[in-house]
Amino acid sequence: MSKSFLEVDGLCKVYPDGQGGELTVFEDIRFALEKGEFVCIIGHSGCGKSTILNVLAGLDEASAGNVVMNGKEIKGPGLERGVVFQNYSLLPWKTTLNNIVFAVRARWPGWSKEKVKEHSERYLKMVGLDHAMNRKPSQLSGGMRQRVSIARAFATQPELLLLDEPFGALDALTRGVIQDELVKIWEETRQTVFMITHDVDEAILLSDRIFLMSNGPNARIAESVKVDIPHPRARATIFQNPAYHKTRDYLVDFLVNRSGSALPKRDGSPKFIEPAKGVAQSKPASAESETESESDTAARAVNA
Amino acid sequence: MASLNIRAAILSISFLILALGLWEMATQPPEAQTGMTEYEMLMGGADQESRVPPPSAVIKLAWAELSNPFYDAGANDKGIGIQLAYSVYRVLTGYLAAMAIALPVGFLIGMSPLMYKALNPYIQLLRPISPLAWMPLALFIIQDSDASAIFVIFICSIWPMLLNTAFGVANVRQDWVNVARTHELGPLRTAITVILPAAAPTILTGMRISIGIAWLVIVAAEMLVGGTGIGYYVWNEWNNLDLASVIFSILMIGVVGMLLDLALGKAQKLVEYKE
Ligand SMILES: Nc1ncnc2c1ncn2[C@@H]1O[C@H](COP(=O)(O)OP(=O)(O)OP(=O)(O)O)[C@@H](O)[C@H]1O
Ligand SMILES: [Mg+2]
Repeated sequence: MSKSFLEVDGLCKVYPDGQGGELTVFEDIRFALEKGEFVCIIGHSGCGKSTILNVLAGLDEASAGNVVMNGKEIKGPGLERGVVFQNYSLLPWKTTLNNIVFAVRARWPGWSKEKVKEHSERYLKMVGLDHAMNRKPSQLSGGMRQRVSIARAFATQPELLLLDEPFGALDALTRGVIQDELVKIWEETRQTVFMITHDVDEAILLSDRIFLMSNGPNARIAESVKVDIPHPRARATIFQNPAYHKTRDYLVDFLVNRSGSALPKRDGSPKFIEPAKGVAQSKPASAESETESESDTAARAVNA
Repeated sequence: MASLNIRAAILSISFLILALGLWEMATQPPEAQTGMTEYEMLMGGADQESRVPPPSAVIKLAWAELSNPFYDAGANDKGIGIQLAYSVYRVLTGYLAAMAIALPVGFLIGMSPLMYKALNPYIQLLRPISPLAWMPLALFIIQDSDASAIFVIFICSIWPMLLNTAFGVANVRQDWVNVARTHELGPLRTAITVILPAAAPTILTGMRISIGIAWLVIVAAEMLVGGTGIGYYVWNEWNNLDLASVIFSILMIGVVGMLLDLALGKAQKLVEYKE
């Protein structure tokens, strides 16, 4: 059996339910990530996504099961795993630049001051914030703060990036802009990313695979859905791809109708689904031209 | 329309003039004794009836004292500057000693629920004790009045610093601690680079309260131990029935207390941050 980059085996989290009993939030979570994959996880609120992510980050402990990365079991947090928190978690007494310097210095203690600064500035530039270098987080908008937080995570070049609803608190417009930025940075770095989101479109735009979680308690990762759309993707044009609609319909159907009852495979690993199978990417002749004309008509109808 | 600051300043000065005027009028000597010398007026009049001196007398005395604040003419006749310096020296010594203990112990209590639970009963028991109640014990054990006064300052300024440090450290946002953890900072680096700056505003608030209490207590402590210091000076002038000096030194106590508070306020501004 070939080992994957990250292997999650039988994770389970139990809390006391407050009445003397126990509440199993999720159980027997099994999945694997390959190097360079971008994977999103979607599920209804409270099913335990953040808890899973925190276990991967080493900030929380599972009640049972284990996580192995690069053949080593994860125990506690580490610099090879970067985390972008939902509330940005910038240190408010440090400037934008120094927040990143803080992380870079922790990652490479041997680096000279100049090298640390130069490296940090490069990543700030990547998210378009080099002009706000010397401002404090309180002087930035929510979107800008989240960009700093993303720059901080990417700057330490972790082997695995963990993002917990990074855009959850942003308005749709800002979210779109930062999604584009994330796509751009990811195309450059091809880091392995595990991200929580509630936004189906966001998941399709960003990920190679999407994990679908059933509802808690006793939640499972029931399905692993392949997003068969070639990179690089762009928010403005992804709608034209027929695979996009198939995948989107599949995800929405799961969340609306099946998340209560869905189960993984017998062995506990998620069912592998290819909703866009048959919508061939390689021969765009029939399928794509058809939908293209469809969306053209739709566009004309809107303009009229 | 003048700015708020200017209007406030005008009003402040008017209040001052009004208050001084009323005070001056209320303390005029009776008609019959207009022929008194200035010295007699200062001493409350030749009729042996002690009276509060008028502000003009206090200002005159203040001028004389402040133009030569550091003269030293023997044990019972030192300039106001020297007396204040003694008091400030005692306050700062006791205060710094308290800081040296309160900050590390506060950190410990704040970071460890176990230590908090173990030490909390003692803190709750010792904290409400009036610092002056320690004085006899201190005098007996230390056998030195100066050091005893410093000890009293130490004991009274330690509690606000200790409790505020513990509270500030215990309530550092978990998110920031998690940032330190995900960046693999060791306990010491976490304490210095994350917890200290995060808790600094709370700690400084405690330090500001402490310096205020220390300055309140030093006057009473010096009245008890005697010898030097502004507290002793006030008591001594009262024994001399020199009320102008008493009033003058009361004002000086206020001024120095205000300056100490101002300094801590500045320091507080430096470590403040907005979330
Ligand atoms: N300390 C705790 N004690 C008891 N139950 C807890 C505790 N912490 C979390 N839970 C429960 O664990 C479950 C999973 O929480 P988690 O934050 O992982 O959900 P989530 O999937 O991230 O939800 P959301 O999408 O709303 O962020 C929730 O139902 C919550 O009630
Ligand atoms: Mg969550």
